[in-house]
Amino acid sequence: MSVKFSDSALKEVQRIIAFYPEGKQKSAVIPVLHLAQKEFGGWLSTEAMDYVASLLDILPIEVYEVATFYSMYNLKPVGKYMFEVCQTGPCMLNGSDDIIKYINDKLGIKPGETTADGMFTLKTVECLGACGYAPMMQLGKNYREHLTKEKVDALIAECRNSAATNN
Amino acid sequence: MGRKLLLDKINVENIRLYDVYRREGGYRSVEKALKTMSPEAVTEEVKKSGLRGRGGAGFPTGMKWGFLAKPAGVPRYLVVNADESEPGTFKDRYLMEFIPHLLIEGMITSSFAIGSNRSYIYIRGEFAWIVDILEQAIAEAKNNGWLGKNILGSGFDCEIYVQRGAGAYICGEETALLESLEGKRGNPRIKPPFPAVKGLWDCPTVVNNVETIAAVVPIINDGGEEYAKIGIGKSTGTKLISACGNINRQGVYEIDMTISVEEFIYSDEYCGGIPNNRKLKACIPGGSSVPILPANLLLTTAKGEKRMMTYESLADGGFQTGSMMGSGGFIVLDDRQCVIRHTFTLARFYRHESCGQCSPCREGTGWMEKILWNIETGKGKMSDIDLLWDIQRKIEGNTICPLGDAAAWPVAAAIRHFRDEFEWHITNPDDAQRRNYGLAGYADPIKIATPA
Ligand SMILES: Cc1cc2nc3c(=O)[nH]c(=O)nc-3n(C[C@H](O)[C@H](O)[C@H](O)COP(=O)(O)O)c2cc1C
Ligand code: SF4
Ligand code: FES
Repeated sequence: MSVKFSDSALKEVQRIIAFYPEGKQKSAVIPVLHLAQKEFGGWLSTEAMDYVASLLDILPIEVYEVATFYSMYNLKPVGKYMFEVCQTGPCMLNGSDDIIKYINDKLGIKPGETTADGMFTLKTVECLGACGYAPMMQLGKNYREHLTKEKVDALIAECRNSAATNN
Repeated sequence: MGRKLLLDKINVENIRLYDVYRREGGYRSVEKALKTMSPEAVTEEVKKSGLRGRGGAGFPTGMKWGFLAKPAGVPRYLVVNADESEPGTFKDRYLMEFIPHLLIEGMITSSFAIGSNRSYIYIRGEFAWIVDILEQAIAEAKNNGWLGKNILGSGFDCEIYVQRGAGAYICGEETALLESLEGKRGNPRIKPPFPAVKGLWDCPTVVNNVETIAAVVPIINDGGEEYAKIGIGKSTGTKLISACGNINRQGVYEIDMTISVEEFIYSDEYCGGIPNNRKLKACIPGGSSVPILPANLLLTTAKGEKRMMTYESLADGGFQTGSMMGSGGFIVLDDRQCVIRHTFTLARFYRHESCGQCSPCREGTGWMEKILWNIETGKGKMSDIDLLWDIQRKIEGNTICPLGDAAAWPVAAAIRHFRDEFEWHITNPDDAQRRNYGLAGYADPIKIATPA
């Protein structure tokens, strides 16, 4: 994959840089890394990080420092759909352990693993600020809340369908 | 029904949109402030209101604004803390998702008071869809002349930008947040200097929680004195409480600070009681960092008074027999729940979120997680309880930022109030695995164990 943003992504970079005063474009690194992750297949390769550094006119190390600190950046390839299930106290009180185990059994992947077909990654995450709608997960840009086993089944089917129609 | 100031219009259809929000009286505070008041007068109203920061620490907002340094020729910044990552807390999300213009309006009025021409919302990275909602609200506000240059002909310029984080609880700590906003790792800064003197890009900065800034709207509309009439003592105005765990009605409630904890849990207006006729075992009333209380101490203070949903009453008895209002993240545990397991998940959370700068926090949180896991899974020793106590004591107060304390307190409170349950896990591991903790009736008074 060639590491270069689409024109619309480049425009978005310019829009974000303008949030900050002259010379403070380093501030844009977090949102621009989100953009890079989206553009380059859901994870950040060294090449992708170097590209972000060149766009913002900062050193590659300044990008690596940030990319390795925050939990939303994937430094390895991940599945097309990532089930990020919250496991912190309030979600645990409402059965998140059972949901994680159910996904584990159903897809045959432990937290941190990806299915052989590259379709699903299971990840446990810490409180996502949705404790009143527990148990819950993040799937792409959105939250899926009040999870039950039936809802997990439906989500898996939904992902498979959308992968089939998008290909 | 208690007074509502922030969520009173939440059920108006399409209140998320500018036209509806404006028709319902939105942006009046901006008109009033920019056309009829000086920045100092706005700050004065906030002081009079007694408003305390809603992010967790409860520091008086007007006083914080008063500390802001104002060197000539140096920009000042308002930064809104929308990182909302404290387990149990989901109130800011609710406000931003359903009534975003309230935050934008509060930000314009507050920016005017502080003299910030460029104000930021720092929002946790996972709230990606809320970024879109906020950016739409900002664009609508700008199209209608509430943002930009020379707003309402007042000579005041202001722009608002939304910056996403990328997954890090520590970026809720204000100096870590500023580092993150500068495009760096979220490592808290050593204070002083405080942000009021050296904040974003070394300029004087005010960092306030979403709910704090939203509360500025009713304060300016009705006057600080009116706001201060609501509530008890130094707990003025209304507070958003996000209630979760084992209750019938989880959700976000705006309370005026005059109701009791018992009413909040059992009344149908709020949590609606505990599901399946279970008993109340314990509660963390102010987000994961504040001490857990057993039912008896939650409902009544050690002095035998009814415990109220106010800053003072929740803190009554200090950490021995009280807790804190914190962020208003109200987590309820019924009598099936295991305090050790719950505390373990919190210890794992803090270990995961420690930025790693201070050894007591970096190492101590990992030790606490491991020891709690051992006890929970039946591999604990009696001496582990004292070891845990010792570790949390060595973290507290010995770190750069309060995350260390926040990790220590839940463990300390669990041992303080539920030592018998820790011991039961160690002496009867098989029963503990089957969720039999050998303890009956947590809603009955429990003796308070106080380790040395
Ligand atoms: C580890 C840690 C996490 C925090 N997380 C948040 C948060 O998510 N949201 C928030 O408003 N304040 C948070 N705070 C408190 C902020 O540091 C700061 O006190 C607050 O934003 C000030 O706003 P206020 O005075 O309006 O409450 C956190 C503090 C610490 C130590
Ligand atoms: S207390 Fe923990 S989170 Fe805070 S600065 Fe130290 S290591 Fe980082
Ligand atoms: S504990 Fe799961 S969202 Fe907060």
